[in-house]
Amino acid sequence: MAQHSNKLAKIQAVTANRLLDGHVVYFTAEGQWSDWVDDVVLADGKEEADALLAKALPSVETRHIVDPYLFEVDQEDGKMVPKSVREKIRMAGPTIRLDLGKQAAVRS
Amino acid sequence: MYRYDQFDHKLVTERVNQFRGQVSRRMSGEMTEDEFKPLRLMNGVYLQLHAYMLRVAVPYGTLSSVQMHKLADIATKYDKGYGHFTTRQNLQYNWPALEDLPKILDELAEVEMHAIQTSGNCIRNVTADQYAGAAADEIDDPRIWSEIIRQWSTFHPEFTFLPRKFKFAVTGCSNDRAAIRVHDIGIELVRGKDGDVAFDIHVGGGQGRTPMIAKLIGEAISREDLLAYLEATLRVYNMSGRRDHLYKSRIKILVHDIGAEEMKRLVEEEFALVKKQGVLQLPQEEVDRIRAYFAAPDFETLDAECPELDAAMASNKRFAAWVNTNTAQHKQAGYTIANISLKPIGGVAGDASDAQMHVVADVAEKYSFSEIRVTHEQNLVLAHVKKSDLLALWETLEANGMGTPNLGLITDQIVCPGLDYCALANARSIPIGQEITERFADLDRQHNIGELKLKISGCINACGHHHVGHIGILGVDKKGTEYYQVTLGGSADEITSVGKIVGRAFTEHEIVDAIETIVEVYLDLRESPDERFLDAYRRVGIAPFKEKLYADN
Amino acid sequence: MPIIKKGEWVSDEWISVDDETDLPVEGDVLVSLTRYQENAAALTARAGKLGVRLEASEPPEAIADVVGSFDLITVDFPAFKDGRGYSYARLLRERFGYTGELRAVGNVLRDQLSLMWRCGFDAFHVNQSITPEVFAESIGELSIAYQPTGVTKDTVMNARHK
Ligand code: HEM
Ligand code: SF4
Repeated sequence: MAQHSNKLAKIQAVTANRLLDGHVVYFTAEGQWSDWVDDVVLADGKEEADALLAKALPSVETRHIVDPYLFEVDQEDGKMVPKSVREKIRMAGPTIRLDLGKQAAVRS
Repeated sequence: MYRYDQFDHKLVTERVNQFRGQVSRRMSGEMTEDEFKPLRLMNGVYLQLHAYMLRVAVPYGTLSSVQMHKLADIATKYDKGYGHFTTRQNLQYNWPALEDLPKILDELAEVEMHAIQTSGNCIRNVTADQYAGAAADEIDDPRIWSEIIRQWSTFHPEFTFLPRKFKFAVTGCSNDRAAIRVHDIGIELVRGKDGDVAFDIHVGGGQGRTPMIAKLIGEAISREDLLAYLEATLRVYNMSGRRDHLYKSRIKILVHDIGAEEMKRLVEEEFALVKKQGVLQLPQEEVDRIRAYFAAPDFETLDAECPELDAAMASNKRFAAWVNTNTAQHKQAGYTIANISLKPIGGVAGDASDAQMHVVADVAEKYSFSEIRVTHEQNLVLAHVKKSDLLALWETLEANGMGTPNLGLITDQIVCPGLDYCALANARSIPIGQEITERFADLDRQHNIGELKLKISGCINACGHHHVGHIGILGVDKKGTEYYQVTLGGSADEITSVGKIVGRAFTEHEIVDAIETIVEVYLDLRESPDERFLDAYRRVGIAPFKEKLYADN
Repeated sequence: MPIIKKGEWVSDEWISVDDETDLPVEGDVLVSLTRYQENAAALTARAGKLGVRLEASEPPEAIADVVGSFDLITVDFPAFKDGRGYSYARLLRERFGYTGELRAVGNVLRDQLSLMWRCGFDAFHVNQSITPEVFAESIGELSIAYQPTGVTKDTVMNARHK
């Protein structure tokens, strides 16, 4: 799973999968895990990113999530948009089944 | 087909309880993810992009109607109403929750199914020729021997932490429909000296990063020695296979590094010692016991000719096309083998909805002795259908999106899950496959092109068999963007070959045009409509394709 | 770390000696394969029992003819995913006829115990969480086997064709 980490990445956030159901989650400013990418807290530059990932790690111990990692984000019109195709697909769901995954759910 | 006895039942039930314990120890924190991962994998549980994935074993691709109904019910109850039939003849669910897995396994166990050894560095589910027991050309039914191997390999304590995964395929005849030469061990049934069934053991094939064609190591191994020979081979691999590098740890690398001759020597030396111990000899009673389960069903005595069928074909062009492409010759007069295409134009190769699974279970019950096969090309088979029932069968299939007459044609592709689901993927596979089927949707055009095996993988792991596609497509990642590399001339039958890369990779927007160009070049240069794509390619080589594809550069 | 032998906690009386240290005059000693090969005569002549440590990279063929000299053989699992030791155990027990203590050491985890047991290990270097109760539970999870390995003589095949 090397392809989504990028040494030159500037703005990054932390994502993982939830232990219980495996669903994609994002690390928030409150130190919580949200289902929605819009809730991510951003880190600017390598130092901030490393610090952010370190802050997320205890959730592995508490068995909330597995395999947290950093990914690169852009902001377009105030919306968070991951840079890689992979993260765009994780954020939304399979591109060939628009009826499934987060893209099909309505945020309550 | 095989039915569990009390011992098989007991073991599967105990295994579910063992896994239930493992899941609960993971959830309670007694186990870390690193410790849990190999355990969950050994029971077919992956973590993909969006959720967990459960891979259910369909041993040698054989299912009963009752089992198929159960697979459908599980899809409805615990998943999102569909499943994915894979090139390893298994079924995958893409959305189960961790905590539901023990319950799903309980339900599977009710119908004699499980997820045992569908992943992990152990001996995986054994695959076999989907026409077993029906093909006119087979020496013996490969399912008998696959079941024997299944039992020997299940929870084998010595071979649970091999250097890497280990895949078996078995074919009952020299016409290889099970791609045995690209498996860690491929077994071909042959006639031994005494006229009894014997086994040619091909070792060290595989795909992935370094595709290799298996070498014939064991020749005409006898029935009683089969398991001893396999155990010897596995032991040599377990003790000598590399463990220092993930990409170098398959048995194919060992065979390649030491050479087929040396491998044969090591295996035979070990085999002689295992044989001397004598405990692994396969008794005739056990073979007979298992053989009885695979006895031919009660065929009716019928005429080989079926005028009703001829009439139906004459009046319905699409049905006639389906009979021509999707059925194969049966050994019993008046019967035929019917292939159910899971490749509708624009569909997801290998996916079936819960409703479709129920339909297949029903038609199998009605027309084919309640038995279904899954093929490594991601289709389904009803092995014993009366010719006079074909029209009714096809009409039901057609009404449910499974009557496409495209077996072996360009729209009948093997496609891995790719970046739409898979955490290891570089690029998406499914949408590329869909676009190609749409481009070639016209049936007359497909039939004019003839047999063409197109196979797509979303990364070099090659789950979509791209190396052995007549046309192979491999997804690659260039700085977060998807690209597609094309190979030509691969094949996975008795003359197995690995495809050659045609040139620089194509973008998502170029790839379908590139495939069309390749097909056009072939149509131009073939000597006659009978010259298949692969034959033409083998005659002319890669140059004419390259020239046309990169003409503008 | 405790040792579980035949299902019970036992204390480890063995003195593990590295290759540079002089042998103690008394007591049961456990040495590396290299040291055994270099000093076989002296080691066997010593009073006290002798044990040998096999690393994962040391197949037991090296001691095939002399297994009778040992009362303990330890086989190392450097990582639980490294399964070479399973083959070593079967060879020692089933082919070379070793009957002394066969101890799994290294990364020995609960969910591997039953596999090791079935290959012929009878002692396990484990962490505290593996009590004799946990051990018994782990070994008992699968009550019958398809394969004749190690100590398993009760195979499905034998039960079917009695
Ligand atoms: C989605 C999760 C999957 C993951 C993580 C995965 C992982 C892998 C990996 C790592 C390899 C390369 C092994 C090697 O070269 O040593 C591989 C090969 C392979 N996989 Fe998958 N795979 C997945 C899905 C599938 C599916 C859906 C199929 C069946 C359609 C499949 C069938 C195969 C086959 C046939 C090979 C190549 C043959 C070989 O083992 O050499 N895999 N897979
Ligand atoms: S080939 Fe690669 S992308 Fe496709 S399923 Fe296998 S691992 Fe995933």
